Amino acid sequence: MAQGHASNTKRIWNVFWILSILTIIEVVLGIFKPASLHYTSFLGTSPLNWIFIILTIIKAYYIVWAFMHMEGEKASLRWSIVGTGMFLIVYIIVLFLLEAVYVHDVLTGPGSISKWIF
Amino acid sequence: MGTTATSAAKAKVWEGGNEPLGASYGKLMMWIFILSDSLTFTGFLIAYGFMRYKFIDIWPIADEVFNHFPFIHGDNPMYFVALMTFILIFSSVTMVLAVDAGHQMKKNKVVTYMALTIAGGLFFIGSQAYEWTNFIKGTYGAVETKGGAILQFVDLEGNRLSLDQVAKPIPTERVENTRSRGLWFTEEAKRAPYTTQEVIEGLKANPNVLVRTEFIYRGTDEQKADTSLHPTLNKDKHKVVLTREASIERIQDAAYVVKGASHVRNEYGNKLFANLFFFITGFHGFHVSIGILLNIIIFINVLLGTYEKRGSYEMVEKVGLYWHFVDLVWVFVFTFFYLV
Repeated sequence: MAQGHASNTKRIWNVFWILSILTIIEVVLGIFKPASLHYTSFLGTSPLNWIFIILTIIKAYYIVWAFMHMEGEKASLRWSIVGTGMFLIVYIIVLFLLEAVYVHDVLTGPGSISKWIF
Repeated sequence: MGTTATSAAKAKVWEGGNEPLGASYGKLMMWIFILSDSLTFTGFLIAYGFMRYKFIDIWPIADEVFNHFPFIHGDNPMYFVALMTFILIFSSVTMVLAVDAGHQMKKNKVVTYMALTIAGGLFFIGSQAYEWTNFIKGTYGAVETKGGAILQFVDLEGNRLSLDQVAKPIPTERVENTRSRGLWFTEEAKRAPYTTQEVIEGLKANPNVLVRTEFIYRGTDEQKADTSLHPTLNKDKHKVVLTREASIERIQDAAYVVKGASHVRNEYGNKLFANLFFFITGFHGFHVSIGILLNIIIFINVLLGTYEKRGSYEMVEKVGLYWHFVDLVWVFVFTFFYLV
């Protein structure tokens, strides 16, 4: 298995540039925070935050697929690891964030009898 | 019964040597470990997300907390973490180049790239130590009220003021208990630079000081109608600044003077912010340290020619998987702690 591998150097450097450019975009947006993206709201948070999250997921894809060489593994391995992880992670994110919003609303909403920061 | 289809390859199934999912035992186990570890980090980050959503009105603003860069004074948000991110991405690249060189059995190239990877890891840990030092030392200082809220200070232009600029030193007879004074084995805990009274008197005496609360201004009708908020200094998605009268009233609640951050309280705002910062970046830093250790072990083995003799550099690949995972986690920590 070890012998006869073609060198992937070109692909590796390509991915490095992609990751770098995505990070630079994130940092520039994070420093300047364009008003039209930062002060508006879309699906529960600002569009700027959505851009950050999407760029992060793209970066994660490149790290796992190119650097960890998931693209060269069998589909069964890909699904066992990434599929399981994605399912559980998305599940816990949805449950916990919904619960957090609920807790926030209970503590601060109208009729709340608790004053939790004073 | 159905024994006709038994081939020579299938006969080996129960004697080892077959590879489920087309990956060797070590690599498969590394993948499964990574899966479980990524769920652990998910748990931590979702705890952060939960607390942040729960305290969405008062959560600290990352840009105001992480704004240091070595040798440059002033407010430099983002630059240092961006640098840390690049260091880690670059060490990931050298790691994957080492794996690539290993596939081609080029020992010298593996040695070079592994050395660069280890150097990158050490750089990252050093950067994190710098980041932690600044976080723990703090910049401006604040006071905590009896109810646990953090009050910070700004001048009439809205620029942050440090405790040194606000507090009015009051001469006192108070002597610090050191080992040379009382019992030889007792000393008192490190005290805040000023007493609460000094900060309260300082604020009252100086008309240019206003209090900034933890709450985030969002321009709601309720906030616009609130006369205790400063009429001009409040900006959308920034912390609420109080009027002079409201500041003097609010400071009466002060209970502690806070400088920097600890597990108990921090000058940036919500206590959980510092706790989660220490825990999540600390746990990630621990992973990086373990990664460096593993890399060093593999590096020595490469130097000794262990994998050359074995005929396969797969061990480099397995440690490489772990190293990339550490990078992967950092990508998410970077987003959720510093950007979002």
